Amino acid sequence: MRSDRSPWNWLLLVPIVVPLLVPVFNRVEPTLFGWPFFYWVQLLFVGLGVLTTVLVYRATRRSPADQAAARAAVTRDARDAAARTTDDRNGGH
Amino acid sequence: MDGVNVVELTIVIVFFLIVTVMGFVAARWRRAESLMHLDEWGLGGRSFGTWITWFLLGGDLYTAYTFVAVPALMFGAGAAGFFAVPYTVVIYPLVFLVVIRLWSVSHVRGFVTPADFVRSRFDSPGLALLVALTGIVATMPYIALQLVGIEAILKAMGVEGELPLIVAFVILALYTYNSGLRAPALIAFVKDTLIYLTIIVAVIVIPTKLGGWDVVFGAAEEKFSAGTGAGVLLPATGQLGYATLALGSALALFLYPHSITGVLAASNRDVLKRNMSALPVYSLALGFIALLGFMAIAAGVTPIGEDGNTIVPVLFQEMFPSWFAGIAFAAIGIGALVPAAIMSIAAANLFTRNIYKEFLKRDATPRQEAQVAKIVSLVVKLGAVAAILFIDPQFSIDLQLIGGVIILQTLPAVALGLYTRWLHRGGLIAGWFAGMAAGLLMLYNIPRLGPDGTVVREHFGGSSFALSKLGLDVASSVYAGLLALLANLLVAVVVTVVLRAMKVSDGVDGTAESDYTAEREDPTFRDLPDPLESAPPGAAGERATRR
Repeated sequence: MRSDRSPWNWLLLVPIVVPLLVPVFNRVEPTLFGWPFFYWVQLLFVGLGVLTTVLVYRATRRSPADQAAARAAVTRDARDAAARTTDDRNGGH
Repeated sequence: MDGVNVVELTIVIVFFLIVTVMGFVAARWRRAESLMHLDEWGLGGRSFGTWITWFLLGGDLYTAYTFVAVPALMFGAGAAGFFAVPYTVVIYPLVFLVVIRLWSVSHVRGFVTPADFVRSRFDSPGLALLVALTGIVATMPYIALQLVGIEAILKAMGVEGELPLIVAFVILALYTYNSGLRAPALIAFVKDTLIYLTIIVAVIVIPTKLGGWDVVFGAAEEKFSAGTGAGVLLPATGQLGYATLALGSALALFLYPHSITGVLAASNRDVLKRNMSALPVYSLALGFIALLGFMAIAAGVTPIGEDGNTIVPVLFQEMFPSWFAGIAFAAIGIGALVPAAIMSIAAANLFTRNIYKEFLKRDATPRQEAQVAKIVSLVVKLGAVAAILFIDPQFSIDLQLIGGVIILQTLPAVALGLYTRWLHRGGLIAGWFAGMAAGLLMLYNIPRLGPDGTVVREHFGGSSFALSKLGLDVASSVYAGLLALLANLLVAVVVTVVLRAMKVSDGVDGTAESDYTAEREDPTFRDLPDPLESAPPGAAGERATRR
């Protein structure tokens, strides 16, 4: 059976825990372009979140064969839907 | 028409008309066989790809109220208002792990709402009813708050009276009725283009005009070093509150029915996973939006009639030429319509599935379901307008505060339920009542303090609960929602242990382990299923005959 367990998922704890360690970043220095540390570092955490989720996503992605099957399923649905509307327009079922 | 800014108003009206046309045309977009099915009307045919999902979820989670209230909070309270940034950082990795499981099981079993899932997983219509009611009650004030966003821009443009507000919402109600989830999905493109344009221009133009970021932060430092003496930083006693509010709000956000509606409309798991990496772009934008509050301090903005929510519109008026202020206002106004539409659809789905079909008309056809949902979505929006017209907007803000706390009480059933069925349905119900009682009691006992430390209002004055009230010898406060959730979990665990010891039946799980990781190409995957007739695990034959 397919599983979504992976050791890579532990990496997702980083962007969950780090932004909550307030005492660590609640200070003014070093400033950046006039921004106190408190503000610019929290915007940096946004990048940290993106980086880790991208990394975990790529590492836990399904095999290319699985993905191709998923894409085929999506196109199949779209084709079926298109076929259905054509039927409707022709008045048939 | 004295004092009305004609240029701004004209631009806002033009954009509003464009969006209205799009709202009605949306019914034909990615056309379905018939919109008279809840999967089509309420979930956009469950077919949205990465881009649409990004706009839809972004339009859903970052609302007009956020754009207006977060800077207002920064303006009034300083650093504490910046909690919105860590809150929207923490949320995506959490969702990455949890919500995709909800997506999978919902597509195998045909769930449209989180309560559908709970109903099937724990075999308990009662627990599902609690989840559905919590969702509806928490969503209603959220919709009303979108109107507060529109009110702020109307005030800034000098438009008097409530008629424009009513007209805007009636039109919104009509095209949502007509097109369902496709309408906000399509309009979200316009909304976000305008929002991003506004923010990029604002963060370049405004600090430059004011003399640089040093001046912006310097003005805030000066304003806030008077009271607590912490300046642009958090006071030592405010740090725990900041972190717990960020975490609690993040946990709450994806429990809101409207977020789950956006998630379930995605066409496959990869779409969602990719979005958890792409959605934080909005958090970056939110960080800049928050700082508009400090820019307003530096620019010496005074809110209109003591309404703190007007500081962003007033700042835009002072800093931008009228035509661009008009575009920015259109962004905020449309930013209210998108989430309001999704929220009313989510509330309507909950009512239809978990109250109407469960308790009033068990044999409702898909057509009847869609019809009921469409009507409920109208009622919900008209209710929100009535709420704004007849009661103090402050009251919706208080209710919204409560909304976050109460929606968290569905976490054990919905989020933990995606991983384990260990908690007994009886324990979950007991936990819900305990968490609800604890949360409301705490909020009732939180006063609002004025800048000089006097009590302005005795009850429901905020969401940070002073630990000293629990007899602890510390000056810190904690987000009340998290404490209530702890009470909820504690009771749920104790009652579960007791019920298991008494060997009380915990019903039949209507889902199978493999449902939680199902992908689109799996044979169990269904597009237009009937959730409450959902087959128990292994009964594949029944499904084959129905298709």
